[in-house]
Amino acid sequence: MLERALKGSPRYYAWIGFLMLVIAAGAGAWIYQLMEGLTITGMSRDVSWGFYIAQFTYLVGVAASGVMIVLPYYFHHYKPNKHMVIFGEFMAIGACVMCMLFIAVDVGQPQRMFNVMLHPTPNSILFWDMTVLIGYLTLNLLCGWVCLEHDRMRLPHPKWIKPFIIISIVWAFSIHTVTAFLYQGLPGRHYWLTAILAARFLASAFCSGPAILLLVLKVTEKVTSFQMPRNAVRTLTKIIAYAMVVNMFFLALEIFTAFYSNIPGHKHSIVYLFAGVHGHHELVPFMWTFVVMAVVSLTLLIPPRFRDNQKLLPWALAILVVATWIDKGLGLLIGGMNPTPFETITPYWPTGLELLISAMVYAIGALIVTVLFKIATSVKQDLEQSQALPCGCSTEDHCDCSSEEEAPAADEAPAQEAEAAA
Amino acid sequence: MKNNRRNFIKFAGLAAASLCIAPKAMASSGHAAPVKKHADGLNAKHWAMVVDTRKLNSEEAIAPLAAACHAIHNVSEIDTKQNIKWLWASPYEECFPEQQNPYMDDSVKERMFPMLCNHCEQPPCVRVCPTKATYQRPDGIVAMDYHRCIGCRYCMAACPYGSRSFNYSEPRKYLDLTKLNTEFPTRMRGVVEKCNFCVERLSVGKLPACVEASNGALTFGDLTDPESDVRKVLRENYTIRRKPSAGTEPSVYYII
Ligand code: SF4
Ligand code: SF4
Repeated sequence: MLERALKGSPRYYAWIGFLMLVIAAGAGAWIYQLMEGLTITGMSRDVSWGFYIAQFTYLVGVAASGVMIVLPYYFHHYKPNKHMVIFGEFMAIGACVMCMLFIAVDVGQPQRMFNVMLHPTPNSILFWDMTVLIGYLTLNLLCGWVCLEHDRMRLPHPKWIKPFIIISIVWAFSIHTVTAFLYQGLPGRHYWLTAILAARFLASAFCSGPAILLLVLKVTEKVTSFQMPRNAVRTLTKIIAYAMVVNMFFLALEIFTAFYSNIPGHKHSIVYLFAGVHGHHELVPFMWTFVVMAVVSLTLLIPPRFRDNQKLLPWALAILVVATWIDKGLGLLIGGMNPTPFETITPYWPTGLELLISAMVYAIGALIVTVLFKIATSVKQDLEQSQALPCGCSTEDHCDCSSEEEAPAADEAPAQEAEAAA
Repeated sequence: MKNNRRNFIKFAGLAAASLCIAPKAMASSGHAAPVKKHADGLNAKHWAMVVDTRKLNSEEAIAPLAAACHAIHNVSEIDTKQNIKWLWASPYEECFPEQQNPYMDDSVKERMFPMLCNHCEQPPCVRVCPTKATYQRPDGIVAMDYHRCIGCRYCMAACPYGSRSFNYSEPRKYLDLTKLNTEFPTRMRGVVEKCNFCVERLSVGKLPACVEASNGALTFGDLTDPESDVRKVLRENYTIRRKPSAGTEPSVYYII
């Protein structure tokens, strides 16, 4: 099936080539890091985790979020998601690989990584994190590949795969819970030492992950003949909106607890993030950007009038993704680390090399997702599932607009056909 | 008859299997290897240290202790935020951030306090380490196996006292190679390190280097022995420990 990834339009090849360039540049930086050590990063004695681990944390959420498509289909028999399931699973594969790479580039002695497996240490959450990540990756590879392979051969999905899919749904929750446990069990790190952290992680994952997936699929629609069923999009958008509301509610809970109790440790990190302490205000502009963008995205996602406007939707989603990334991919780690155990502030910013290496990991993830989505869409095209109709609906929709809207749809159709042919 | 044959096959199989495993098991089990203990090594059920901050209260007083520790353990001095420290001096509010008050006696407020790994009884750094590179010895000392450490720095995030340092780059770059202590290893890049209560000295009958250099301002001994020096000083003085709320039960006590 992999050969399907080899045939593509020039635009497809240009995109692959671009990713390869980023990967090559990042690999160069990584080799330099392997020679010099992590000293090339902005990390220090006080701030011992940085951008890499922050990205790892964010991406675990993205990996877990595929479940928001899989779960409605398998647990609630929500039919419109049927042909979307594979994309959720493939996205999870890309995200899992990125997570592992971010750990690999972060450890000081990467050649010893297997020590974690050779000397299993169940009291360490890191051991469990590695276990659940590898498990989740395997499950998604298995389920995604077997289902797609059977689709391609026009066979029904085998019965034995169902239990694995059910396990993978439950497993998705576990990967993000365990990642939260990685943080939330540490005495002396006030920002993380909160029972609600795992819940916050899941809430933020279930809005940001599906939002990224929807955006990627919107691009996929543009460059292939694939078309998401309208109802599936609507449902997913609702899930995103609700999850974001819950996410912000949880943040409010944290703020209430800290400030009403007036316990200095609890307030310290939040004050540092949103107002600055000891003359350190590095994160203040970012955190307020997060708040503003979160509010904007909610304004665009809650009223059905805005939410169902497909022109507005990509903007709302993009704003939401940036907001959650600032909160979790930046604020969470820096907010927990920069206030040192001595109650002083040690600032941290990633260096250019650190960013370059991170770009490499993201590019590898993008490459995996591109190739997998390419395969999936080409199989869907063969089977004529979820294909774009001239009116913009999907073949999975109960479309009755073709008769009425002949005129405006007509000029879109040739363009789409031309793209599909390419 | 049938039964017999089955038993025989079972037995043969087991015997073959154990023959395959046995030599390996013998070779790899560290316990079987006889450890020759030093005749006058110091032993304790739980090592602890008491710091008399009335005597040890300024940068100048603490510096020689840090110097002795760092020299003997080949700890590199790096002029950046990626520095390595086993023992260092800090003001009150950094040492006891949760135990301050605005009207504290000036003489206490202005003291400097030596900080080092507390060799906690409930060490979070041991709890989180995914490879057992950080482990707790039966005598309470939290020690490290640098060859096991993968450099994930999880222990650094977990330690509520900032007691650990990471070798961001090659440590030997920052050491005067002519002045190395050849009795103690240098570390490699990419691993974590910290104070080890001088286990290597205890095992040959010497007290920790800082204790030796402190002119009696540091007391070291067995916490479980009511007759020990540490218990005596603890009985006679009011002491506090760092961050009691973290629940780690530090083995380093401070006389205020
Ligand atoms: S002070 Fe820190 S490094 Fe030392 S034993 Fe306690 S938790 Fe571990
Ligand atoms: S950095 Fe080394 S000692 Fe610390 S937790 Fe990781 S493996 Fe263990």
